[in-house]
Amino acid sequence: MDANGPAHDDESGPSPIYELRLYLAGHSPKSVRAVENLRRACEEHLPGRYRIELVDLLENPQLARGDEIIAVPTLVRKLPQPVRRIIGDLSDTEKLLIGLQLRSASGQQ
Amino acid sequence: MAATIHPPGTAPSIRSALTKAPTGIRGFDELTGGGLPRGRATLVTGGPGAGKTLFGLEFLVRGALEFDEPGVLLAFEESTADLTENVASLGFDLAGLEADGRLVIDAVRIDASEIVATGDFDLDGLFIRLASAVQSVDAHRVVLDTIEVLFGALGDEAIVRNEFSRLLRWLKDHGLTTVITGERGREGQLTRYGIEEYASDCVIVLDHRMHDEIATRRLRVVKYRGSVHGTNEYPFLITDRGLRIWPITSTALTYAVSTERVSSGVPQLDQMLGGGVYRGSTVLVTGTAGTGKTTLAASAVDAACTRGESALFVSFEESPDQIIRNLRSVGIDLGRWVDAGLLRLWGERATAFGLEAHLSRIERLLEETEPTVAVLDAVGSLSNVGAEAEVTSAVVREVDMMKSRGITGILTSLSHDAQRESSTVAVSSVVDTWLLLRNVESDGERNRLLFVMKSRGTAHSNQVREFLLTHHGAELLDVTVGARGVLTGSARLAQAAEERAAAADRSAELERRRMALARRTAEVEAEVAALRAQLATESAELDRLVAEESRGTAARTADRERLARRRESGSANGSPGSRDG
Repeated sequence: MDANGPAHDDESGPSPIYELRLYLAGHSPKSVRAVENLRRACEEHLPGRYRIELVDLLENPQLARGDEIIAVPTLVRKLPQPVRRIIGDLSDTEKLLIGLQLRSASGQQ
Repeated sequence: MAATIHPPGTAPSIRSALTKAPTGIRGFDELTGGGLPRGRATLVTGGPGAGKTLFGLEFLVRGALEFDEPGVLLAFEESTADLTENVASLGFDLAGLEADGRLVIDAVRIDASEIVATGDFDLDGLFIRLASAVQSVDAHRVVLDTIEVLFGALGDEAIVRNEFSRLLRWLKDHGLTTVITGERGREGQLTRYGIEEYASDCVIVLDHRMHDEIATRRLRVVKYRGSVHGTNEYPFLITDRGLRIWPITSTALTYAVSTERVSSGVPQLDQMLGGGVYRGSTVLVTGTAGTGKTTLAASAVDAACTRGESALFVSFEESPDQIIRNLRSVGIDLGRWVDAGLLRLWGERATAFGLEAHLSRIERLLEETEPTVAVLDAVGSLSNVGAEAEVTSAVVREVDMMKSRGITGILTSLSHDAQRESSTVAVSSVVDTWLLLRNVESDGERNRLLFVMKSRGTAHSNQVREFLLTHHGAELLDVTVGARGVLTGSARLAQAAEERAAAADRSAELERRRMALARRTAEVEAEVAALRAQLATESAELDRLVAEESRGTAARTADRERLARRRESGSANGSPGSRDG
């Protein structure tokens, strides 16, 4: 487990910290794309209030069962509650933001 | 890809390439000639509650227990706890198998409401889970139940399809015998998402339908590439020991036959049948209500128990206590055999369950009791349960069950129409001996007649007998044939009395004649004596006369001599000419 996302600890703000975990299987193009897409979206929409943890299932296969992972890449928003799951390479930023509930389906935050 | 050229006669045989993995599901392996295609995927599809999951689970459990092939279940619909609980009633100990390292259950929870798809993905997560589970127990078998959940939950169907076919390739490459369950789709479709086109080696359809308010489960092998298989719909049942399928194929006529005869319990009937019925054969007793079918069957049971053999008596009409009480009234005490542990009495209403449940019950009773003689009283009751064709096939299977175990079977069947000799259940062709009991009404009473309609391999009597229920069991009497045909009951008694009277008359006359003859003989003898006496008298008279005559002759001779002497001495010569007197 390599937590290599920039952790901007800014606990004073009213907005919650986003704890995100991205499950991948090796370093496939899809994996690389997903990491890039996630970082870009977070920097843009959650500057300073997100943590990203990357999990490679090939290294930790037991986590696939433990964390109920079927598809890769899968992004799990562990915090804030409730848990959300977003699958795919996160190339559709709109859907990603909706999935993270950073944007409602109608466009408002 | 370069074409492979084989020299003549060395082409790889398709037949040898296809091996089968036995499921251990009773009846299924007979149906498919050995089980599911080994190392390939089989699709099991059906509506909700059709038994798909159970099929898959039994395949895994029996594989682990009976064939030393550990398995993996990926359950997409139910939690491990639910599954374990659901099949515990079937005697499957999933937790125990997991603890022994012979089974892995991975319940895959997918909540479509909390999943959003954005962009390209694959199912490597699932592959990794499956691979690690397979590796952990060295699994040979995999069940995916019900993988179609993925299609609805993950949004992009094209990706799921692609991944699904990749998964099947992966399973095949790893030589895993796989069962994939699928939900039956709309009209004409085997599955909701058309996954049957991927699982192309073997497709099984399970069905659960209501028929006359009785639920019937059916199984059909729609497709089995490279293998012969039965194509009919076969009834199956979820019993407390798992699935039970009833393939017709097991009715292969390969029973071991016996030439030993066993008594029917009625000596006169044994005589009619040339010494009894063959051991292991099946006897059908038909007749209208109250003709004594049950009693006849009970006689055979009584005879078997008397020989020290075990017996089974299944009644669909009476409770065991009722049977014992009623048969005691005709002098057959089955209670003592029950107490002695030789006889098992089992009563249940045929309507309580469907036909398959009924078959399963019978099979279980036969397996548990291991009788030499089994009575099913009365198979006609089954017509309350299913259509006639189904009942017939159920009875054929019962006959089959008994024959394959070498059990002498006695089936009784109620016929409603006394005139129609075909039994209500058209099974007479599969039984070996058919006895028909019939009531005959005459002179204000009903009497019972017994006919031997057929008896295979036996020179049986063609005669009708009167069948009597006495205080000491069933008895057959020779019938009296009078001017009006066969006479029974009091008509027979009357005829007998008349005959006795006539016979008495005849003997009195004879006596008279005999005495007359004796008298005449005496008379004749007396006459003969008298004549003899007369003859003797006459004979004596003759002797006297002869004697007198000879005396006279002598005297005359003496006179003549005296005379001659006198003439010689000078006196006158006289000639005294004498004659015989």
